[in-house]
Amino acid sequence: MKRMRLTLLILLLAALLRPALAQDLFMVRSQQPFAESMLLLQEAVREQGYTLSRVQRVDIGLTKMGYETDKYRVVFFGKPEQVRRLTREHPELIPYLPLKIAIFAEESDTLLVAANPRHMAEFYGDDELTAVFDQWAVDIQAMLDRLQAAEGM
Amino acid sequence: MAMPATVAWACPCGCRPSRTVSSDAYLKQTIRLGRPGRVMPRFDHLSAAEVEAIVEHIRGWHDGDRPVFSQARIEGDVQRGARLFSQHCAQCHGEQGEGGQGTGVTFSRPRDLPIIAPALNNPGFLAAASDAMIKATLMQGREGTPMASFREQGLSEEQINDLVAYVRSFEGEHTDPAPRVEEIEPTLVYDSPYGLEETVEAVERAAVGKNFRLIRRQKLEEGLFPEGEENDRQVIVYFCNFNFLYDALTVDPRVGLFLPCRVTVVEQEGQVRVMTINPKRLSVLFNNERLDQACDEMHRIYTDILEEATF
Repeated sequence: MKRMRLTLLILLLAALLRPALAQDLFMVRSQQPFAESMLLLQEAVREQGYTLSRVQRVDIGLTKMGYETDKYRVVFFGKPEQVRRLTREHPELIPYLPLKIAIFAEESDTLLVAANPRHMAEFYGDDELTAVFDQWAVDIQAMLDRLQAAEGM
Repeated sequence: MAMPATVAWACPCGCRPSRTVSSDAYLKQTIRLGRPGRVMPRFDHLSAAEVEAIVEHIRGWHDGDRPVFSQARIEGDVQRGARLFSQHCAQCHGEQGEGGQGTGVTFSRPRDLPIIAPALNNPGFLAAASDAMIKATLMQGREGTPMASFREQGLSEEQINDLVAYVRSFEGEHTDPAPRVEEIEPTLVYDSPYGLEETVEAVERAAVGKNFRLIRRQKLEEGLFPEGEENDRQVIVYFCNFNFLYDALTVDPRVGLFLPCRVTVVEQEGQVRVMTINPKRLSVLFNNERLDQACDEMHRIYTDILEEATF
């Protein structure tokens, strides 16, 4: 009984501490140029079992309107059946789906940014959603880690 | 452990100073506390060994020594320091020590300075930097940056002490704790009295009425399912004010993650709803107080568009 209480206490503490340990944003710098990083990111998205749904070419829109800018894209992705189920069962998630990673050039490097899905967990307080957010966070981190680990040209 | 990229951004590219005025204690506190409201997050979840490892990595960038500074306060005349600050420091660090514009992430745009002047009134900086370290910075300058030695510019040690006292007086200006991201509703949602198609058109009209350019209309599932198999009761409208987009990216290039603007129109069980992300949540997420105004403005615009489209 004592051991069980201790286990429960540890689990409770872990649950309380978890949100505080999370970073709100994931940011990595890849030493690969933009074009190579973009290809690597698309590969990494697929490797984690996601479907790439679209690439928003932010820089193209800006350039067409006369603004000077370097490469800037937003890559959208998701697991089709999961997106369909979650938007049906949890429509409050719709504005945040599909998932996305912003990728932009900084001189010869490339920077990648994604929101940490775990930042939603505490607000919704739903065990099933928390598990989904955790998995997304792990997968996005794995994608970004692959980019960060890529050797420079 | 993944190296927190923002730590690396704290130093200018290519800068290899032969001497440093940053102590290990300062670097550790900077990593631990971050810079509230200035992009650099708190890495308070890292272990002491991890923080130590990062500091060692940073120390590997140059061959200089490792200064250790007293934690004692330096006495000086705050009023005289304010006058000196306005004369010698404000041009780069801002009148109130708020620092240079920008984030440290350059977005490959031309900039006037090789680095962005740090915010001296930032509570993270003030907690990390001792008076003695600030004084040493003023006395020696920072090699490889526009921060020159004030001694070489002719200031006396007494005047430098006055400047240190003035910078220290910024403490206590930031008293309001920042809201926690979890406390802010993630989305804005309105019920529409109209059908889906009619509501989509109303959203587009409302966006154009607010000087936005329509970018595209698409099904949420586009690209995830084969054409024709997507749920056609979930429609995304993208729109953009390029001037706003450009300005927001200049303030913080990470914000492109949530731009261009997007409203999703959804029909579920006969009820049509319009929904967006809540831009106020982003203010907290990005830890960049310069974005707050843009996020407030975006919140107002989204609310206006959603209200107008569902009126």
